[in-house]
Amino acid sequence: MSMVKQHSGQAGKSPGALDGLKVLDLTQHISGPYCTKLLADYGADVIKIEKPEVGDIARQMGPFPGNHPHREKSGLFLYLNTNKRGMALNLKIEKGRQLLLHLARWADVVVESFKPGTMERLGLGYSSLEKANKKLVVVSISNFGQSGPYRDSLASEIIEHGMGGSLRATGMPDREPTKYGAHVALQQAGSIAAAAVMTALFARERRGRGEHVDVSIFETQAGSQDRRTTMTLAAQHTGYVFPRRPMQFALATGTFPCADGYIHLSGSAARFPYTVKLIGREELLQHPTFGPMSNRSDPRIVEEFNQTILLPWLMQHTMQEVWHMAQAVGLACGPMYTPKDVMNDKTFRARGVWATVEHPEAGTVVMPGRPFILHRTPWSLRRPAPTLGQHNKEVLTDALRYSSEEVARFRRLGVI
Amino acid sequence: MSELPLAGIRILDMTGLWAGPYATMLLADWGAEVIRVESTQVKQMNTRGNVARPTKEMVQKGKLVFHYAYPNLDPGKRPWNRHPSFNAHARNKLSMTVDLRRPEGKAILLDLVRIADVLIENSTPRLIQKLGLEYDVLLRYNPQLIMVRMPGFGLTGSYARYRALGTHTDGVTGHHAIMGYPDVDPTMRGDTTAADAAAGSASAFATLAALWRRRQTGEAQLVEVPLVENFLGYMAEPLMDYTMNGHIQESIGNRDPVMAPQGCYRCTGNDQWLVLSIAKEAQWKALCDVMGQPSLAKDARFASAAARRLNHDALDVVISDWTQDKDSRHLFTVLQAKGVPAGPVLDEFQLLEDPQLAARGFFEELHHTEAGTYKYHGPLWKQSETPNHLRLPPCSLGEHNEYVYKDLLCLSDARYQEMEATGHIGRDFVEGIV
Repeated sequence: MSMVKQHSGQAGKSPGALDGLKVLDLTQHISGPYCTKLLADYGADVIKIEKPEVGDIARQMGPFPGNHPHREKSGLFLYLNTNKRGMALNLKIEKGRQLLLHLARWADVVVESFKPGTMERLGLGYSSLEKANKKLVVVSISNFGQSGPYRDSLASEIIEHGMGGSLRATGMPDREPTKYGAHVALQQAGSIAAAAVMTALFARERRGRGEHVDVSIFETQAGSQDRRTTMTLAAQHTGYVFPRRPMQFALATGTFPCADGYIHLSGSAARFPYTVKLIGREELLQHPTFGPMSNRSDPRIVEEFNQTILLPWLMQHTMQEVWHMAQAVGLACGPMYTPKDVMNDKTFRARGVWATVEHPEAGTVVMPGRPFILHRTPWSLRRPAPTLGQHNKEVLTDALRYSSEEVARFRRLGVI
Repeated sequence: MSELPLAGIRILDMTGLWAGPYATMLLADWGAEVIRVESTQVKQMNTRGNVARPTKEMVQKGKLVFHYAYPNLDPGKRPWNRHPSFNAHARNKLSMTVDLRRPEGKAILLDLVRIADVLIENSTPRLIQKLGLEYDVLLRYNPQLIMVRMPGFGLTGSYARYRALGTHTDGVTGHHAIMGYPDVDPTMRGDTTAADAAAGSASAFATLAALWRRRQTGEAQLVEVPLVENFLGYMAEPLMDYTMNGHIQESIGNRDPVMAPQGCYRCTGNDQWLVLSIAKEAQWKALCDVMGQPSLAKDARFASAAARRLNHDALDVVISDWTQDKDSRHLFTVLQAKGVPAGPVLDEFQLLEDPQLAARGFFEELHHTEAGTYKYHGPLWKQSETPNHLRLPPCSLGEHNEYVYKDLLCLSDARYQEMEATGHIGRDFVEGIV
């Protein structure tokens, strides 16, 4: 791997863990862009390829400032594509595909999220890419994987969550199950794909050659350590599937109202001593009904405790009071924040979790910043998400060494 | 068979519950030697079961929640080796026991630190401080060590001592406020553990990025993955709607801000459902055709996605009426054949038998001497030149003490036996532990 830093015009920023890594990003929507965002945010030089005129479909997804859709102002797109350079390249024409193969020779990693078979149809399948660059790691992210009977099936956040993930486990037992908010499942699949990029790079170090990595979003959901994996094993243990659980299924566990909002508590049978300490009723440890450990998993006793003892206490305390008091006695607890509450939280702000991006079209945008901290090679915002085709010329002259005249010719031919 | 990509990387795993163990599962699956550092004297919260020794009576009473789903509803002699939420991630890992509260135990851990590449933990920062195992201490024993810490809210700041599990993360990141039934009280929406999985895969990636950096430059470092902060990025859409527009999003349930219809519709059978998302007009027309109601496609109430969102309640009635006497997996096949994005909400047995997962060999059988033989999910991705299958069954408590103490730490047989005899190490939680 070349150790030469490739970020043009961005010298002087702190080093990134993946400095020098070159990634060609052919993904769009959510999973793929979140994968390459993680790579770019931690130092990789990511060149995002988009379809001319149209661009990534996430550009059409909100939120938009003033609710006015604009392809350069999608909050979701701006978040998922930080630190990438952008190029609009027409893969439908021969010259465009040639340029792509040229970029594949430059890159360490290609990440793509086309429908399975699309890359092959374009003449850019793994065998062509491998021929262009033996050391290339190619990561394909798709709904159901590159093989199997569902290979060509269509999906969405709710479909992936419903089929692969734990959707079935969320909600009331007698009603329809409910999905996560936003695009949690698809985004998480992207972070798994980022780990897959890394294991393939480690494999390349051993073998000196790249390989083709097949990430099925369906499988990332079916295999994520969550209720899903636990319940898949639990169902085999017991011979039955578990109903969506009642919300307050264990002692002091679940979402409860309090004086000014709602609070999440994780009491449980084993942590009953903490719960009674929180509410100042430690004598209940000797109570004939609640005292014996074996009683504390009885649904009727749980209900009785939650309704007659816990709830009256909670209703006399605010969300913030319960949260801080519970944490002080060692009980995991959290308030139910609205997005406004989240943005106004002083501790989050003091910890520096937000980033302010200056974008040429969208203006000043505040968004979530670092997902995590690599202390010696911290997250940094080197550039906002690219406008469509923003770095066409820069990439061609700088990464591929074309002359300005050639770049102008590509433009005339509609390649870029 | 070629060696797995992470072979030779040794990881000391002090994590509990879900987020941390999921990170180390991903690393173990791809070849890292993950050694769980456990204890017979102190039980980690909700790890290896919610309680160490549930009675059969407790298991019977709690049998409708998975916390008590021991094989055949029998906690067995060593329940901690039979718990589903532990065994689901513990394959390919090793387990040792040591009492870190004793100076002698701490010295053992520090000896292991000398020969490890990564130490990963997800305790509250206070516990690591109390044990005297912060990064500056560990570096004295191994300047090349990468330490990965997964606190709830971060190592610093006024919430540094706070605990957060997936459910609390839902709360403080705004996830709970924007998900679930829009028409019922938040107490009945249920919670998720989405943040655990998100932090787990983030930590696996972050660990690998730090190892990559160390390989390139020789620099080791501290990696901090707070469960809550990592998940804020998953809330970018509602949070940025607030920062851009001052708009406070509320739950829209199973619907989508753009696509319509989208929802979850009851089918025949016990708790069987179909989910679908219509992204394009052609898909809407195809859905109407499959439903045998082509006239709907011409109905002005449903003429565009925007119109369908406005009249979603009426549309849900139409779709539910159609799905309620049909099989969800059959509808999946029929609808996908016509280009309609739809899928069945799979229950666990359906998932285990799913034709796609079967064709790709996703589930693999493992035999565990104390828990029995079951199917476990395989590695989460496939690498064309690196065939990968599950290697070891879920680790039992202390199962690999001999390997760690004798082979890695070169303890004499006599000393090892003494540690066992004095109860410092072992394979059983001490009596009375909660």
